[in-house]
Amino acid sequence: MITPVQVAVQITVQIVLVVAGAPLLTGMMRQVRARLEGRAGAGVLQPWRDLRKLARKEPITPQGTGWVFRLAPLVAAATVLVVAAVVPLTGTTSPLAGVGDLFAVVALLALGSVALALGGLDTGTAFGGMGASREMTVLALVEPTILMSIFALSVRVGSTNLGAIVTRTAEDPLDVVSPVSLFAAAALAIVTIAETGRIPMDNPATHLELTMIHEAMVLEYAGPDLALIEWASAARLGVLLGLLASLFAPWGIAGVGAGLAAVALAALILVIKVAVLGALLAAGEVFMAKLRLFRVPELLAGSFLMALLAVSASFFLG
Amino acid sequence: MPGLWRKIRKTGRVAEPAPARVPAEVPAAAAELAGSIQIRHVDAGSCNGCEVEIGSVFGPVYDGERYGVRLVASPRHADALLVTGPVTRNMEVALRRTFEAVSEPRLVVALGDCARGCGVFAGAYGVVGAVGDVVPVDVEVAGCPPEPTAIVAALRGLTGR
Repeated sequence: MITPVQVAVQITVQIVLVVAGAPLLTGMMRQVRARLEGRAGAGVLQPWRDLRKLARKEPITPQGTGWVFRLAPLVAAATVLVVAAVVPLTGTTSPLAGVGDLFAVVALLALGSVALALGGLDTGTAFGGMGASREMTVLALVEPTILMSIFALSVRVGSTNLGAIVTRTAEDPLDVVSPVSLFAAAALAIVTIAETGRIPMDNPATHLELTMIHEAMVLEYAGPDLALIEWASAARLGVLLGLLASLFAPWGIAGVGAGLAAVALAALILVIKVAVLGALLAAGEVFMAKLRLFRVPELLAGSFLMALLAVSASFFLG
Repeated sequence: MPGLWRKIRKTGRVAEPAPARVPAEVPAAAAELAGSIQIRHVDAGSCNGCEVEIGSVFGPVYDGERYGVRLVASPRHADALLVTGPVTRNMEVALRRTFEAVSEPRLVVALGDCARGCGVFAGAYGVVGAVGDVVPVDVEVAGCPPEPTAIVAALRGLTGR
């Protein structure tokens, strides 16, 4: 029997993990990169130091910007927070299970991106507009891929509810090695990299405005607003990596009616899975250069093709 | 890719061990920033000698990032301006406006002899003056160009790490 207290505990654990752990994930990834590049690195806690300092600084709104600019960081952070509450990271039950739908999650993340793009446009600077237009280009290419992968994953479950998909995969582990899952996993992995602005799509550490995508939109934010945006982009990466882990390796996730011990174990396993995925992503970035902007659509078209193959495979292989 | 992996394995850690911190007076504004300083570099008319040294500060050997210092792309993201070169007429307004774009608490580091007192360019027709004549300077680093160790020591004085 599942009690409301257990669900509340599980969802609280999940939200706290995402809120506190996302900057640590960024710090860990920077540390992995630093070590592979022969540097010592600033330590895993550095992003939290940065956020604490930014939160204390004076907020500045540039001349001529309006409510869109001020609202964008709040929308970006709020959407990630809602997504963190509804996706099945530590357990498959959620008080918001009705909303824990792949379409809703994707739309919420897109809402955050659109809010930031509008904030970038609101500054009226050349780089803000350029970043916004690039972000929208990438988003427009990413959305169809996500939708196709969702179709492929939801066909055999008969539902787009994330909890249902994860439960089904956890019960039938051989599903993971089916062509449907493998194609969808590859497509969603590329999409995750594009959505979170990592190499080879975008370089989060770049100083050259002309090569920026995500950074160009947020060039004008300062102080607490910037802290919200940096936290939101770290949390978005954490949630998407966690979602990938839950969809394609749902072992250890707490099922319906799981006890508190199972939730604690699930939280620990989630941390390990996300840390491994993050370390792999960071190590991969060392071996790669950023793609030229005009090559990005080709890579995204490749991921769309894989999503399409996943759908075809689910149709032909049943 | 296997070649690069072998190279990474063989090279190992390049960063030199952190030298002992020189106890120095930390500016009040820097104390508020608590171990995290984002820097925007402004070239106000430098010969690019200082830029080469800044490049090595953030390279693998000196690894300035381990002390909590990071270079950023926008003055809005920055806590400190790292200004090099004498301020030329064309860069005077740009430097002043960059300074105004940084949110409080903010710091200015004048890097190199040119930034401190115009160096060999003193009295040249295109030069307005030293960095201190245009914006308030908190920290100065001497040298033409200053060695990376001197720059690292100054930046560590700001982050307190």
